[in-house]
Amino acid sequence: MENNQNIIELKHISRTFEDGFRAVSDFNLEVKRGEFVTFLGPSGCGKTTTLRMIAGFDMPTEGEILLNGQDISKLPPNKRPINTVFQRYALFPHMNIFENIAFGLKLKKMPREEIKKKVKKVLELVDLEGFEKRSVSTLSGGQQQRVAIARALVNEPEILLLDEPLGALDLKMRKEMQIELKAMHDELGITFIYVTHDQEEALTMSDKIVVMSEGKIQQIGTPEDIYNEPQNAFVADFIGESNIFNGIMTGTMQARFAGGHFQCVDDVPEGTQITAVVRPEDIELTAPEQGQIRGKVISVIFKGIHYEITVQSGRYEVVIQSTKSAEVGSVVGMKVEPDGIHIMIAENNTNVFPVDMNRNHRLEFNGTELDTSLTQLIKGSRRNEEHELLDENGEVIDPEKIHIIASIEPQDIRMTDDVDDEQVLIEGTISNLIYKGDHYSYVINTDLGQDFIVDDEYLWNMDDRVGLILPLDKMRFQVKK
Amino acid sequence: MRFSRKTLGIPYAVFLLLFVVAPLLVLFYYAFTNGKGEFTLQNLTDFFTDPNTLGTLAYSLAIAAVTTAVCLLIAYPVAYILATSKLKAKSVIIMIFVMPMWINFSLRITALKEILTLVEGNLARYPFLNSVIGMTYDFLPFMILPIYNTIVKLDGSLTEAARDLGANDRMAFLRVTLPLSLPGIISGISMVFLPAMTNYVVLDMLYNSTYIMGSLISSYFAAFNWHGGSMIALVLLGIICLFTLLSDSGDEKTARTGGALL
Repeated sequence: MENNQNIIELKHISRTFEDGFRAVSDFNLEVKRGEFVTFLGPSGCGKTTTLRMIAGFDMPTEGEILLNGQDISKLPPNKRPINTVFQRYALFPHMNIFENIAFGLKLKKMPREEIKKKVKKVLELVDLEGFEKRSVSTLSGGQQQRVAIARALVNEPEILLLDEPLGALDLKMRKEMQIELKAMHDELGITFIYVTHDQEEALTMSDKIVVMSEGKIQQIGTPEDIYNEPQNAFVADFIGESNIFNGIMTGTMQARFAGGHFQCVDDVPEGTQITAVVRPEDIELTAPEQGQIRGKVISVIFKGIHYEITVQSGRYEVVIQSTKSAEVGSVVGMKVEPDGIHIMIAENNTNVFPVDMNRNHRLEFNGTELDTSLTQLIKGSRRNEEHELLDENGEVIDPEKIHIIASIEPQDIRMTDDVDDEQVLIEGTISNLIYKGDHYSYVINTDLGQDFIVDDEYLWNMDDRVGLILPLDKMRFQVKK
Repeated sequence: MRFSRKTLGIPYAVFLLLFVVAPLLVLFYYAFTNGKGEFTLQNLTDFFTDPNTLGTLAYSLAIAAVTTAVCLLIAYPVAYILATSKLKAKSVIIMIFVMPMWINFSLRITALKEILTLVEGNLARYPFLNSVIGMTYDFLPFMILPIYNTIVKLDGSLTEAARDLGANDRMAFLRVTLPLSLPGIISGISMVFLPAMTNYVVLDMLYNSTYIMGSLISSYFAAFNWHGGSMIALVLLGIICLFTLLSDSGDEKTARTGGALL
């Protein structure tokens, strides 16, 4: 044994289903004895499959699972000192509470008196003293959940697995159980591995969070790490509310995004394309001339302890949480302190920008109609005699209510100095250029405030005025939910 | 005029009166009277003292019990495998088991008779065995379907929970799957056991000349002994009632929710 501290280690675990779907790929994790670890991610991210492989209901196609240094990946679930609390409790309906909890102990051929004592003790632990004779169907959801926890804990497992155990409970009950589970974990010292899609639940209870998406680990860290220092845009977007902007480093700890210049604390080389994450609570509303960027308030929602204010700044919608309200329609400044900005190196340079649907029910960008089929883009839609677009229910689509995102790769955009060329969709100024071995990568600061990244093999000069040609066949469109 | 629920129930009530209550009353009348129309318990004592009727009752019970047991032994594994496997053609396989029910009954038994003759030579040699085979063939779908329906609705996480708590496959089956599929088994048994006691056509067609309850009743009526025949029918009804009561109290909660299709 190399490391006594790790109770379980997952090494290069992958699981490919019979239909070829790769649910989990190259999953690596070390869990220390007594830790509370949470797998967090949207549904279908592979978190439950990973849990099932630890429990033994599913076998990894690759990799090994070490429990105290021993590979257990081929052992059936009954041979593993691990117990599970199931999502829908899975209590045996033909047994009463005592028989349910005693199920595992009876299989171990434990003397009857001892079983009775242990069941009584564990029922006390979950606050259900005297429930032995009750039948499962007479219990509320919360009580059934407690029985399920008791049934797992009575076997004194080395690891307790919990598969979204609070998902079926109402909000108030869920909050109570979160606190109780955490207290139980502290009291018993058993290692908990918890699966949830609820980021708040994960942040409240865990020592360590594993954020997953599409079968891959996105980030492992403490709740504070995950919240304050997300490693990529997925984590930033999934954990808490965030404003995410594409931008570029313009100097030492200087960044440009959302149409403004900002001081930041991350030291990323100049010219690097970045993704900047700003939490809504880190943006301060100021007078228009005092902020780094300014915009017009488009909505204010009272949320109890704060206001959620949405400000339109150029092409960007910025969400702000503030204890002070603002007037809809007023122009405000926005200021972000350097430590409120989290800089991540951009994973790819795909240009992503919103396009509008105009009154003629056609796609439009910067005042130019794009000749593309909206009926193909919007599922189930069709046009009526007035050429209005109807949705699948036959209702006229309101252009205000539909958001369409276009994307194009940097190498597919062409630059021209003839800004009056009719193919030119948008004009801008070259604000940055980097030589990348066989081509130059340019950042074009357009009149709309949106930066475009363009790859070109020829050298252009800084501050050149250029027109951008975005070939329609290279653009991809997506309807945003 | 208001058209209430009660009004809608009238045709049904009339139907019940005409075809359920009235025949039952007639049955009771004949069972407890003699040829002169006087009240008597003679028919009842006759039934339980005549070695012929008692012998027939025993033979019927034996045939029904063996048929039910064989059906259960075949049907449970079939239903279990079908319900738990990930076969895509599941519904097709179930259809194959159910399809014989759509073919005329006497045609099926005639075909079976030919096959059995081919194998055994003379059918008269194994009358009991042949009758059991015939009835099993006839009643098997009625055993498979309710069991299948119960198992297919079982929550898969229950067996996983049992395995998680330390049960091996065998224990998980014995402690969880089997007890929870009991409602399906009970409804399967009641679908097979009672008809098997009276279905004398199968015996007739397979040249089994021993009487079972059905043939006994029909022989009484053929001899114009309506009173004796009614009493036998009534005794049979009593057995059915007893059986239903027993199976109901056996597992009251699950029997109601247990998904028996038929």
